[in-house]
Amino acid sequence: MPISTAPDGTPLWRRRTPRADLLVWFGWLCGVALAVACFQFISERTIWAFVWDAPQQGADLVGRMFPPRWDYANQLWKPLWDTINIATLGTALAVAIGAPLAFLAAHNTTPSVALVRPLALVVIVASRSINSLIWALVLVIILGPGELAGILAIALRSIGFIAKLLYEAIEEIDPTQVEALTATGASGAQVLTWGIVPQVMPAFAGITVFRWDINIREATVLGLVGAGGIGMQLEASINTLAWPQVTVIFVLILATVLASEWLSARVRHRII
Amino acid sequence: MSLSAAPFDAAAAARAWRPPPLIANPWLRWGVYLGALVYALVGIGTVEVNWTRAAEGLERGARFLAGFFPPDFVTKREDILEGLLESLTMTVVSTAIGIALSIPVALGASRNLAPLPIYLFCRGVIAVSRSFQEVIIAIVFVAMVGFGPLAGMLTLAFATIGFMAKLLAEDIEDIERSEAEAVRATGAGWFSWIAWGVLPQVKPRLIGLSAYRLDINFRESAVLGLVGAGGIGDTLNTAFDRYEFDTAAAILLVIIAIVLACEYASGWLRRWVQ
Amino acid sequence: MTPDARPLLAIRGLTKRYPTGDLALDAVDLEVPPGQVMALIGPSGAGKSTLIRCVNRLVEPTAGEVRLDGEEITRLGRAALRRARRRMGMIFQEYALVERLSVMENVLSGRLGYTGFWAAWFRRFPRRDIVQAFRLLDRVGLAHMADKRADALSGGQRQRVGILRALMQDPALLLVDEPTASLDPKTSRQIMRLLVELCEERGLAAIVNIHDVALAQEFARRIVGLRQGRIVFDGPAEALDAAALTRIYGEEDWSRTIRRAEAAEEEELA
Repeated sequence: MPISTAPDGTPLWRRRTPRADLLVWFGWLCGVALAVACFQFISERTIWAFVWDAPQQGADLVGRMFPPRWDYANQLWKPLWDTINIATLGTALAVAIGAPLAFLAAHNTTPSVALVRPLALVVIVASRSINSLIWALVLVIILGPGELAGILAIALRSIGFIAKLLYEAIEEIDPTQVEALTATGASGAQVLTWGIVPQVMPAFAGITVFRWDINIREATVLGLVGAGGIGMQLEASINTLAWPQVTVIFVLILATVLASEWLSARVRHRII
Repeated sequence: MSLSAAPFDAAAAARAWRPPPLIANPWLRWGVYLGALVYALVGIGTVEVNWTRAAEGLERGARFLAGFFPPDFVTKREDILEGLLESLTMTVVSTAIGIALSIPVALGASRNLAPLPIYLFCRGVIAVSRSFQEVIIAIVFVAMVGFGPLAGMLTLAFATIGFMAKLLAEDIEDIERSEAEAVRATGAGWFSWIAWGVLPQVKPRLIGLSAYRLDINFRESAVLGLVGAGGIGDTLNTAFDRYEFDTAAAILLVIIAIVLACEYASGWLRRWVQ
Repeated sequence: MTPDARPLLAIRGLTKRYPTGDLALDAVDLEVPPGQVMALIGPSGAGKSTLIRCVNRLVEPTAGEVRLDGEEITRLGRAALRRARRRMGMIFQEYALVERLSVMENVLSGRLGYTGFWAAWFRRFPRRDIVQAFRLLDRVGLAHMADKRADALSGGQRQRVGILRALMQDPALLLVDEPTASLDPKTSRQIMRLLVELCEERGLAAIVNIHDVALAQEFARRIVGLRQGRIVFDGPAEALDAAALTRIYGEEDWSRTIRRAEAAEEEELA
């Protein structure tokens, strides 16, 4: 009871009971202790001498990054185009696989709750758990360096993302609209395309554009492991300590990502 | 029922009827179709694929997969554990610091709370933090503080600030004005106003987002090692470099297992909050 | 047996027990002759909705048989069930239109059972279906709304579209589930009148689940009362008296309800 009576008879109000208060404080204490212990662990693995001159290093880095070598941008248009291609084609491929997968995974559309659904969920989880950069690492070993590995890496990571959000949307549809079409004598495939697809269409388009936006960002770093795009130039510039070029790459990435975010926000706004 | 003078001609209406197109404006519709087609042709056309190399891929892939089995958890047990601990500690500390710092940034990035200069500054921080992939930020931090988990931790904390602050600021901008005003009307100071009028309204979302971000941070911590920022990604990268694919498989399985556990835990936490 | 005497719909011993153990229908026997509009009344949870859903097997009955025109429905395979469903149009409480499709598409969706998958996918319906759809839309005053999206319509307009979707199936029987529950009193009466008129024009039989006793008495010749999954009243609308209502709904002062219905009747006679 948060309200109690003091010995002198006046009622007292507290937000929580003393016990709950204690528990909350204890919870915070545990959290802080955990964070401190973890930090301790990290700090043991850190050469603090390097960290102390980080401001100097940082200033030094900035000094070397400026002035940017703007004419380097001329060599970046093709890699930038490749980056956008990797993101877009990868997203398209992921949609082509992820959308049917979502229908197999959703409770109300799966052909078999006992067999197909768990299988689809495993595929979704495996795809989601592994970062596209790791997929790229693996694919570069298999397929050799290049954009193909990048496109597939983006697609493999996005399949799970798109399928998960889409199957959640499918499970939230209005069942009476589906029931009504079933009652007309429509076949299962017709009920799917006439009753369920129109209902999830906005969610589907929103998810796709959202993922495309994320993929642009992801595609900028795939080059670090050799999977094509502007990351290759970034890797090369860093390895040769060509910091003025790195600045140009950063600016270009920032502009591209902001533009894609603006575009995806516009499209999503129009859909909803 | 129809009151119009001329009788309705159903046959003519049926002849005139067309199924509704996806995009109403015909110019836009054909523009979009044509644009998509041209892009698909040009886009796919400019992808440079070394097909002979890719064709070898199947065979390589088979060998590669064979190398994955059976996953070897034992030989590099120490390294895996070390990497895992680094990843987990990075995740915890960076999430804690990131959330703590994201709250002031979120307040500053809410147009209904902050004056314009502070608003623009905070929005700028958010834009930079969100635009660069974690790996790129990690490269900069590694250059500044050296190799190791500290760089990874700083990276994740920075990324967390952008992510949390953007979503929180959206939430703060959507709060019930009347509730916040009621608190202000009692004569509360700025800090009490934030604490009583604003934070209670966004608290459930704050907790939900934090759980979600913890999940993301762990996932990301698994790749930062590729650029030397510590964590299990370092171990994974080393395993790939040395062609120890059985160890790599073990690491991937561990990552999947932990991500799954995180996901269930955060889902449970979010339900519990609501 | 003369053809007229054979019931359109014959239900024998229809029982539905849900997995939770609730007995929704308890050995219901019911016959509906061709062209009869029948109101099914009863308290919430009496099994009205379950009964009509067992007829077209949106809900699988546990036991008993349902015959439509002599064809046993409960044992049909999937394809045969779809063909049988074309003969039974269903109208829903919350309209159940596909909100993001146009009015015309919603009306045409009544023809899905007659149309192949790809033809339906590309919206290639036979011309006479589209003509028929326009005639019906004109009949209910919605021809000018054909290309509007269904979610742009008002409640009464949506229910009209829902009725047309069922009529497009070219059914012999309408299963109507609380058609007026989401509508205001005036629109409710308009919808009920339209329903009855359309049934008369086409000689359709209908089972109408309805909450509003006065409305049921006004528009249906025959009334069936359901309570806890059993039929406790079955007779002409005039025979529904206080005793019958008490049997269906339990003890309550029914005098006003009945008087209102009687008054409406007298008005009609006058």
